[in-house]
Amino acid sequence: MTELLQHIVNTLILGSTYALLGIGLTLIFGIMRVVNFAHGELYSFGAYALYFVGVMLGLNFFLALIVAVVLGCFAGALIEVVLLRPMRGADIDTTMLVMIGAMIVMQNGEQFVWGGVAKSVSTPFPELPLVVGSISVSWLRLFVFCAALALIGVSYLLINRTKLGKAMRATFQDRDAAALMGVNIQFIYMATFAIGSSLAAAAGALLGPVYVISPQMGNLASLKAFAIVILGGLGSIGGATIGGFLLALAEELGAGYVSSGYRDAMGFLIIIAVLLFKPTGLFARAERIG
Amino acid sequence: MNRLIRYVALAAFASVPLWLHDPYLLNAFITTGILIIAAMSLNLLLGYTGQLSLGHVAFFGIGAYTSALVSLGFDVELIGGIRVVHEPWPVWTGFVIGTLVAALCGYAVGKLSFKVRGAYFVIVTISFAEVVRLIALNWVELTQGPLALTSIPPMTLGLPGVGYLDFYSKQSNYYLVLAVLVVSYIVIQRLVCSRVGRAMIALKENESLAVSVGIDVTRYLVLAAVFSAGIAGAAGSLYAHYLKIIDPDVFAFLYTVTMVIMVISGGKGTLAGPIVGGLIFGFIPVAARSFATPEIQWILYGLLMIIIVFVLPKGIVPAIEKWFAASGARADPEPLQAKMHDAP
Repeated sequence: MTELLQHIVNTLILGSTYALLGIGLTLIFGIMRVVNFAHGELYSFGAYALYFVGVMLGLNFFLALIVAVVLGCFAGALIEVVLLRPMRGADIDTTMLVMIGAMIVMQNGEQFVWGGVAKSVSTPFPELPLVVGSISVSWLRLFVFCAALALIGVSYLLINRTKLGKAMRATFQDRDAAALMGVNIQFIYMATFAIGSSLAAAAGALLGPVYVISPQMGNLASLKAFAIVILGGLGSIGGATIGGFLLALAEELGAGYVSSGYRDAMGFLIIIAVLLFKPTGLFARAERIG
Repeated sequence: MNRLIRYVALAAFASVPLWLHDPYLLNAFITTGILIIAAMSLNLLLGYTGQLSLGHVAFFGIGAYTSALVSLGFDVELIGGIRVVHEPWPVWTGFVIGTLVAALCGYAVGKLSFKVRGAYFVIVTISFAEVVRLIALNWVELTQGPLALTSIPPMTLGLPGVGYLDFYSKQSNYYLVLAVLVVSYIVIQRLVCSRVGRAMIALKENESLAVSVGIDVTRYLVLAAVFSAGIAGAAGSLYAHYLKIIDPDVFAFLYTVTMVIMVISGGKGTLAGPIVGGLIFGFIPVAARSFATPEIQWILYGLLMIIIVFVLPKGIVPAIEKWFAASGARADPEPLQAKMHDAP
């Protein structure tokens, strides 16, 4: 029982960051129809940005987190303008190849700049974990959970309560109609990619100190984000949030009770199963396979 | 004309070991040749049916592991205490079984995953490849996991009355790879120039229209997947017996990316495309290794990939054909249509 509770606590913490990754990707995929293979690289970009600002420049940890998210936002906007804007109207496979190229360049760029040795970031949180009954949680992880939840809340409000969010939702539903109503599609695309990227960077910056930062950390992050999006249904923030927690739960239970070697296989098995049996995702209302 | 180019190219490639004695370059030719076979198999799916499989390396790896395990033998205990012992078999049976098992996996994956299209198909295929990679990594009893399968025997062919032919030297491996490449080329050519191939192209051009004239979508897509996976498996088997060591890294996503970029840069949906693209991308690391570290090489690779998609989205071979057609049109008003799928 204690073991199960501990797994659930771990799930909540891991799931909150997975949800951030998933929300970022579901916005990009849903609104722009871009299969963003560079998503995982923006995740590791966030982690390295935190390392650069927080450790090398010596800025306060919390400030460094904010700077990392802002840098992720700018990096996303840059990628969108340079690589995706000229590709408007190209088919989905073509843009996917461009994003794979971007992924290769970014990952090896990180390897080149930072070297292959993993970096770790120290945090201002106490070393001793918080112990409640038989469950222990480190303060850092607790902070990660709260920060991720706050960011999920912010993105939810952004999409559902602001003018920008309304324009984004309109573009998702029908791009041409939205453009006819005066929505600036180019700007919406850039904003979408920038927001998605900053959420990925936030996930990386939050998880970076929990684990270590290495150029390869983005490899699985992209695919896990896809698993989350497919699980939750396209373009649904709520779906991506729940999908993130479900993936984390599957991984935790799989690693805990089956075999830790197959931890990362859970996401892929989920993708395969969902696409084969319920291709619209668990929470999507609209048909989406086209 | 096309036929002439084909024979000249074949003669040129057949002569390579006669004048090239540098083992490093010959090795580059062999590994490039193996990757070209894999790229050709991917082209069958991507170029002719229009389905982008980013898990293609799974079939390559399955072929490699199956072939290596058949020729090495194994002893595993399955769930429920059933013990499976396999004595080593001759290497050529490994090649055949590796090809067949890969084709069978192609059938299963095709049957299941052609329910979805586009981005979802891509994700399913990647997931499949990652699951297979994790199995290769974690089923240590069978695959040795990260310790790799070592001392895989070189390819041997038993010839009745003559004795054994073994492919140990680089020269002999070169000719082996060339032979498999030519056979794969002919198989793919036969397939795409037949009724089946025309059905596949029809599916790529307009699926709803193809369905409306009575083409059985799933059947043809699965057929393409079976051939494609089988040829990729054969390439994987060659790879295992040439390198004599394989580890779970053979399932790396970057190998699939390499195959895709070979197909796209050369020209998807043309028979010569994967060969041209394969030669370019197979030899970029050779050319770049004198001045660039591996990271820089990969960065160049990625940039080149982006540039090719931007500048030559249809690939090199169609661009050349178009150029030839444009310059030939003045002298020789032969209709263009007939040439389209009959490229060298």
